Amino acid sequence: MIRWLQRTWAVLIKEFIQMRRDRLTFAMLIGIPIVQLTLFGYAINTDPKNLPAAVHIIEESRFSRTLLSALRNTGYFEFTHIVTTEAEGAKLLKEGTVAFVVTVPAGFERRLLRGEAPQILIEADASDPSAASNALAAIAQLPATVFARDLSEAGASPVATVPVDAVIHRSFNPEGISAYNIVPGLLGVILTMTMVLITALAVTREIERGTMENLLAMPITPGQVMMGKIIPYIFVGYIQVMVILIAARFLFHVPMIGSLTLLSGVLALFIAVNLAVGFTISTLARNQLQAMQMTFFFFLPSILLSGFMFPFRGMPVWAQYIGEALPLTHFLRLVRGILLKGAGPLETAPHVWPLLLMLTLVTLLAMNRYRRTLD
Amino acid sequence: MTALAIDVRGLTKSFGPTRAVSDVAIAMPKGQVWGFLGPNGSGKTTTLRMLCGLLKPDAGEGTCLGYDILADSARIKREVGYMTQKFSFWEDLSIRENLEFVARAYSLGRMNQRVDEAIERLGLGHRQRQLAGALSGGWKQRLALAACILHEPKLLLLDEPTAGVDPQARRDFWDQIHHLSAEGLTVLVSTHYMDEAERCDRIVYIAYGNVVARGTVQEVITSSGLETWIVEGEGVRQLLTELSGKPGIDHVAYFGAVLHVSGRDAAALERAIATFRALPGFTWTKTRPSLEDVFIDLMQRQGADKR
Repeated sequence: MIRWLQRTWAVLIKEFIQMRRDRLTFAMLIGIPIVQLTLFGYAINTDPKNLPAAVHIIEESRFSRTLLSALRNTGYFEFTHIVTTEAEGAKLLKEGTVAFVVTVPAGFERRLLRGEAPQILIEADASDPSAASNALAAIAQLPATVFARDLSEAGASPVATVPVDAVIHRSFNPEGISAYNIVPGLLGVILTMTMVLITALAVTREIERGTMENLLAMPITPGQVMMGKIIPYIFVGYIQVMVILIAARFLFHVPMIGSLTLLSGVLALFIAVNLAVGFTISTLARNQLQAMQMTFFFFLPSILLSGFMFPFRGMPVWAQYIGEALPLTHFLRLVRGILLKGAGPLETAPHVWPLLLMLTLVTLLAMNRYRRTLD
Repeated sequence: MTALAIDVRGLTKSFGPTRAVSDVAIAMPKGQVWGFLGPNGSGKTTTLRMLCGLLKPDAGEGTCLGYDILADSARIKREVGYMTQKFSFWEDLSIRENLEFVARAYSLGRMNQRVDEAIERLGLGHRQRQLAGALSGGWKQRLALAACILHEPKLLLLDEPTAGVDPQARRDFWDQIHHLSAEGLTVLVSTHYMDEAERCDRIVYIAYGNVVARGTVQEVITSSGLETWIVEGEGVRQLLTELSGKPGIDHVAYFGAVLHVSGRDAAALERAIATFRALPGFTWTKTRPSLEDVFIDLMQRQGADKR
């Protein structure tokens, strides 16, 4: 055991010294987050449809059914959950399972028949404002005539004014500021890019420079090389995180509601997954150029399909499946959940286990692929 | 424990369609210094790599320091020092940092003391903070040797350690090797230099993956059955083209300011040179062929480089 640690330590010290000597790369590692933050500060708006919504109907009536179908007909809402308590709806919203909770209050039918405009409550997950805004706009434009048929069948006279008063709560990001969504997302994007690339190159460089032959001739095992190469970059990852979080707090004033301890735990896991991916790439690539290309092959879908650039729910189902297989997708939900929604350990669990699973699988693959001989 | 440091039979290795090493057997006693010779691409490096567990042989069996080369490569790695053909230490680490890495990698105790000793022994003291990448060929080679023996291996495998190194550094290097050998280390060293081959207890000559000659230098020369005449005199180089290709003459080479004319059939050789011996101004002496004559002969008999 002591020897195991000693050999890992040997690789680790070597990596630290090499990292220190390679000033340009080190400067890039710190510079990339700053440059990207300034570049992507504000961004992207799209129009996703069929967003999952929960419905909380306190008093069932023909009017509530009509209202739901009217909402469905806007194309933005897909009612996936029926809840019976307010807390249940709030939980779904916090987990990110649904984007909206629509509450139809008691006395809805009665007030409508009386010709008053009854209220309905729409709570929206505005942590991703671009995803929510169009849907919310659609509600305001519900046609005045929605309930016309129901009303005449019920023997009441149709009202000329707006039939319902939709009360909209934008949860988690009430002002709908894009940066709140983009900046935490950038944390994940930057970590993905630098962590994967740097480990992919770290091992490939040994092969390219011929030092691998030496490393293999020594009694160092793949696990020791992997640990020794990954740990120094976890430190680098945390430096990047600090840079981004400081910028998020003081430049973009992103709220940080959740626990930073929980966030750093989640970060450690996410960084480890990315480093393992990088290590796997390095066992497949023959030279640094190939490693670079493979990194970008991994990086592009991570940016496009994870929900960073475009709202996840706006993508077709098959693309969502690919997205689910990317570490960044889960990390984005985690970091937005923790920072913007104040998600606790319980709410983060559904996205932590996929990351753990990926870490295990990728590590196994890397260890299996790492060549103990020059064959 | 066996008295053989290396005892392998039938070692075979192919890379795709190319057979790099075929049916090589080596039985090398402990404490000796053996030279491993052969033209470029003859399979020397591949054989050395198979011995220290860097490559898995396709066929063959045997032991290295008493450990099975197929099953025990982890133990072999701990007790063998392997010096690669190309400098393979970290150029962005200093001499000292490289040695410290090796010490940690082999889990050696007394790290600082050992590294100090190694630096002292090789006379690298004043350069220990210098980056390995900034060293000249000779110093790189010294560093590589220091790193290879840091864990006190029982067997040293050196792959063309003196390629591209000046004569003084080569001589110093060989003094080191003999010094280490006197301490009981077994050394197998591949080389292209004849003077280095002559410093070895025995030599193994490999061509196109097959061992074609082995023994002491004298044995190899004698068993070649070669006859050599030395021609001296002003302008002797002009004879080279005229003599080449004559029946009975296997090869002619000009080195050491004299012409070496060799053939395997003594009588045919004498007939071929008879007319030339009558030419004035040249002295013809019959002599023992040098190792170089023998190697050139071996190389020519094996045909051109097949790779």
